[in-house]
Amino acid sequence: MPKTVVFRIKRQAGPDERPYWEEFEIPYQERLNVLFCLQTIQRNPVTRLGKPTSAPVWDQSCLEEVCGACTMIINGVVRQACTALVDELEQPIVLEPLTKFPLIKDLMVDRKRFFDDLKKSKTWVAIDGTHALGAGPGCSQELQQIRYALARCMTCGCCLEVCPQYGPERPFVGAAVLAQVRLFNLHPTGAMQADERLEEMSKPGGITDCGNAQNCVRVCPKEIPLTESIAALGRQMVGYGLRKFFTKS
Amino acid sequence: MSERAIIVVGGGLAGLMATIRICELGHPVKLFSYVPVKRSHSVTAQGGINASINVRGEGDSPQIHFEETIVGSDFLANQPPAKGMCDDAPNIVYLLDRMGVPFNRTPEGNLDFRGFGGTLYHRTAFAGATTGQQLVYALDEQVRRYEAEGLVEKYEYWSMQNILKDSEGRCRGIAALNMPTMEVTAFRAPAVVLAVGGPGLVFGKTTNSMINTASAVIRAFKSGARFANPEFVQVHPTAIAGLDKRRLISESVRGEGGRVWTYKDGKKWYFFEEMYPAYGNLVPRDIASKVIYDIVVNQGLGPDGGRYVYLDVSHIDDDVLRRKLGGVLEIYEKFMGEDPYHNPMKVYPAVHYSMGGLWVDYSQMTNIPGLYAIGECDYQYHGANRLGANSLLSCIYAGRIVGAPAVEYAGQELPEIPDSTLAEVVGREEQAFEEVFASDGEQNAYQIQDEMGEMMDRDVTIVRENAVLDKVAAELEDLDARAARVGLRDRGRRMNAEAIFTRELRDRLLYAKMIVKAARAREESRGAHYKPAFAKRNDDEWLKTTLVDYSAEELKISYEPVDISLLPLRERRYDVKH
Repeated sequence: MPKTVVFRIKRQAGPDERPYWEEFEIPYQERLNVLFCLQTIQRNPVTRLGKPTSAPVWDQSCLEEVCGACTMIINGVVRQACTALVDELEQPIVLEPLTKFPLIKDLMVDRKRFFDDLKKSKTWVAIDGTHALGAGPGCSQELQQIRYALARCMTCGCCLEVCPQYGPERPFVGAAVLAQVRLFNLHPTGAMQADERLEEMSKPGGITDCGNAQNCVRVCPKEIPLTESIAALGRQMVGYGLRKFFTKS
Repeated sequence: MSERAIIVVGGGLAGLMATIRICELGHPVKLFSYVPVKRSHSVTAQGGINASINVRGEGDSPQIHFEETIVGSDFLANQPPAKGMCDDAPNIVYLLDRMGVPFNRTPEGNLDFRGFGGTLYHRTAFAGATTGQQLVYALDEQVRRYEAEGLVEKYEYWSMQNILKDSEGRCRGIAALNMPTMEVTAFRAPAVVLAVGGPGLVFGKTTNSMINTASAVIRAFKSGARFANPEFVQVHPTAIAGLDKRRLISESVRGEGGRVWTYKDGKKWYFFEEMYPAYGNLVPRDIASKVIYDIVVNQGLGPDGGRYVYLDVSHIDDDVLRRKLGGVLEIYEKFMGEDPYHNPMKVYPAVHYSMGGLWVDYSQMTNIPGLYAIGECDYQYHGANRLGANSLLSCIYAGRIVGAPAVEYAGQELPEIPDSTLAEVVGREEQAFEEVFASDGEQNAYQIQDEMGEMMDRDVTIVRENAVLDKVAAELEDLDARAARVGLRDRGRRMNAEAIFTRELRDRLLYAKMIVKAARAREESRGAHYKPAFAKRNDDEWLKTTLVDYSAEELKISYEPVDISLLPLRERRYDVKH
C-alpha cells in the first residue's frame, strides 16, 4: 500500500489565463475518494515541492453521485470525483476540467449550454396548472421502470465529453438531451407534445447529428440506455416524418 | 427583466415550487441559486413523500397523517399549518404525478406507497430510492418551461449576500455575489422568497450537501429576520461514515422491511423490535438515533466494538430491492465496496435536517415585511422532530402556498428605494470581501470549519448537557476570533472559493452559537432535543417556540406559545399503537 497519494492537477485561473500543472502529495488512508483528497489539499495547499499555492477550485454539492456537480476528467476518464476511489486509480492521479464547456476556474466549468439545450427540446409535461386536477394517468410497472432509468440523468455531461459530435462550435445537443426527449414522449400526457419535440430534434443539432460513435453509453455513470434511446427516437422520427409528409400533402 | 420580478433565492424543491406558483399567477421571477438549480440539495432525498391517498385501503386519511405529524413533532409544531400541509398532500403528489415523476406503481398502475417512520400506514409515494432527485427534476422542467416563456430569469452560481431594506424596514430586494466574477450587484424586487435550505455544514460531516452553508439565512437574520427553534436538529439514525461526508441510508430501507440489529450475548438482537413492538424499526428518527447511540456508546454493543449497528435487507428478494431501493443500495455499494443485497449494512446516526429556521407567519412571511421563507430554512411544520418523507412535502407545500400572498404583497405601490441604498449595501458587501482579501493571518478557514463541525457533531447532537454546552459556547467564541485571522492563499478575483468560504464560516459560527444558546436555555427533553438532566417533556414550562433575534451583535432569546388548537396534548408512545 502506498503511504501517500500523488495528484497532478491542471490549474487555470480563468478562461483567458494560461493553464499550468501542479502536483500535490497527501497522506494515504483507506477509502479515500478523489473528492476528499481535494478537500485535504484545501486544508494545506502546498505543492509536492513544498511551494505554498492556492487550493484548486472545483464544483461540488451532494458527494453521493446524484447531483452531477463534481464531474471532471480523472486519469483521462470523465466521471464524478465523489465516486472515484483512490484505491482503484493509478498514480499520479491526473485531474482536468471538462473540455467542452467554458472554463470558470481550475476544475470548474459552466454547463449552462446543457440546460439551454433542454429548454430547446421542450422536455417537460405541459400541465394545465398546479391546482387540484386529480390523479395523473395510470402507468404500468414496466413503463415506470423504463422511464425511471431515463429520468436518473443528472445532467453531468459525461456523455457529452466523449461525444465526437458534441462541442462548443457545434449545434449537436448530445445523447442526454435526446434521451430526455424519449423520456417525455413515453409519458402518456407528455406524448401529446411528442411531435413538437420531434420537430425540434429534426433540426440541425438534433438526432441526425449523432454519429453513432456509442461512446456516450460507455461513460454514463447512471447506466442510462443512451444509444437505445437514440435508436428509439430515430424510429419515432420516421413516424413523425411520415405524419408530417401526409399532413402537408 | 423588470424590477417587478419577485426574487426567489434557492432552487431546491421549495424555491422551484414557489417559482412555478408565482409564474402561474402571471408574475415574473428572478431565481437565484448557489448552483445550477438541478443540482440543489433536494436531489439527495431518497425515501419519498407522504400523502394519505389510502391506495392500500388501510383507512389512512389526511387527519391521521396530521395527528401523526404532530405527535412526531412532540407537539412543538403549530397545528394549523401542519394540518394544511397534510390535507394538501394528496393534491401535491397527484400534481407531481401529472408532471411526469416516475413514481413506482402498483400492478394496476396506481401510485405505490410504502411504510415510513412514525406511522403504521403505507403513506409514502416514491420513485425508486431517489425520490428527491425525481421531484427536483419535475419541478425544474416546469420552471424551464416558464423560463422558455420569458417569465423566469435564472442567476445560477450566484450567492445572496444580504437583503435590501427600505427606511420602513420592508424587504425590497437583495444584494448577490456572482461567484465566477466575484462581483456584488443589488437587485430591487417587490418581494423576496428565501428557499435557501438547511445549515448542514454547521455540523461538519453530515448527510447534507456541501452547498448547505447556512450563510444566506444568517445574513437575513443579521438584517433583522427572526429565527425560531434552532436547537431542534434532526439526527438521522442510519447513515454511513465517509471521510468527506456521511451518506444517508434512507428510512425507506426500513419501510420496505429492513431490520436493525447488533449482537448481544452472542445472539442477534433486533432491539427496535424488542423495545417498540408496535412500530419496531419504524420508530421516529429522534428515538431511533437515541437508541442506537445508547447501545453503541453507553452499552458498547456495536459489532466488534465498532461505532455502528447493522441494517439488514438480506432477507428481501433481490428484484424487489432493485426496484424499490436500488438508488440507495447503489450508494452503499459504491462507497463501502460491499454488497448490501446479501450483507448487512453498517450504519450510524448522522446530522440530517433542521426543524428550526426563520420564523414565519401562516403565509410564510418572516417578521420583515416582503421577506418570505420556505422549505428547510423555515421553522413551520416539524416542531421538535420531523417525520420521514414529510420534508419533501413541506418544501413543496410551502412553495405552493407562498405564491399567492407574495404576488399580492408585490402588487402594492411602494415608494422606490433610492440608488444610494443599493450602492450602500453593495459597498458594504464589497468592503467585507476586501477585508477578507487583505487578511494575512495564520489561520486556515477550512481547518476552523473542521474543528467547529467536529465539536458540534460530538457535543450538540443526540445528547446535550449544560456543562458541555457551556464549554462549546466558549470554544465557538475562540473559533470566531481565529476565523477573523485567516490568511488567504487565493487572492484571485475570479471564483474565489476560499474567500467565499471564509466569509460563510463566520455565518456558520453564528448559527452554531444560536443553536447552543437555545439548546442551553431549554431545560427539558422534546423530540430531537434530549437532555439527560431534564429527561422528560415538560409541557407546563416548555411547550413554547424558541425565538431568537439578533440585535446589537447579541443573540436575544424569547418564546411564544405553540398553537395547539386542533389536537390535544398526549403522551408520545411507540411501543403501543396510538
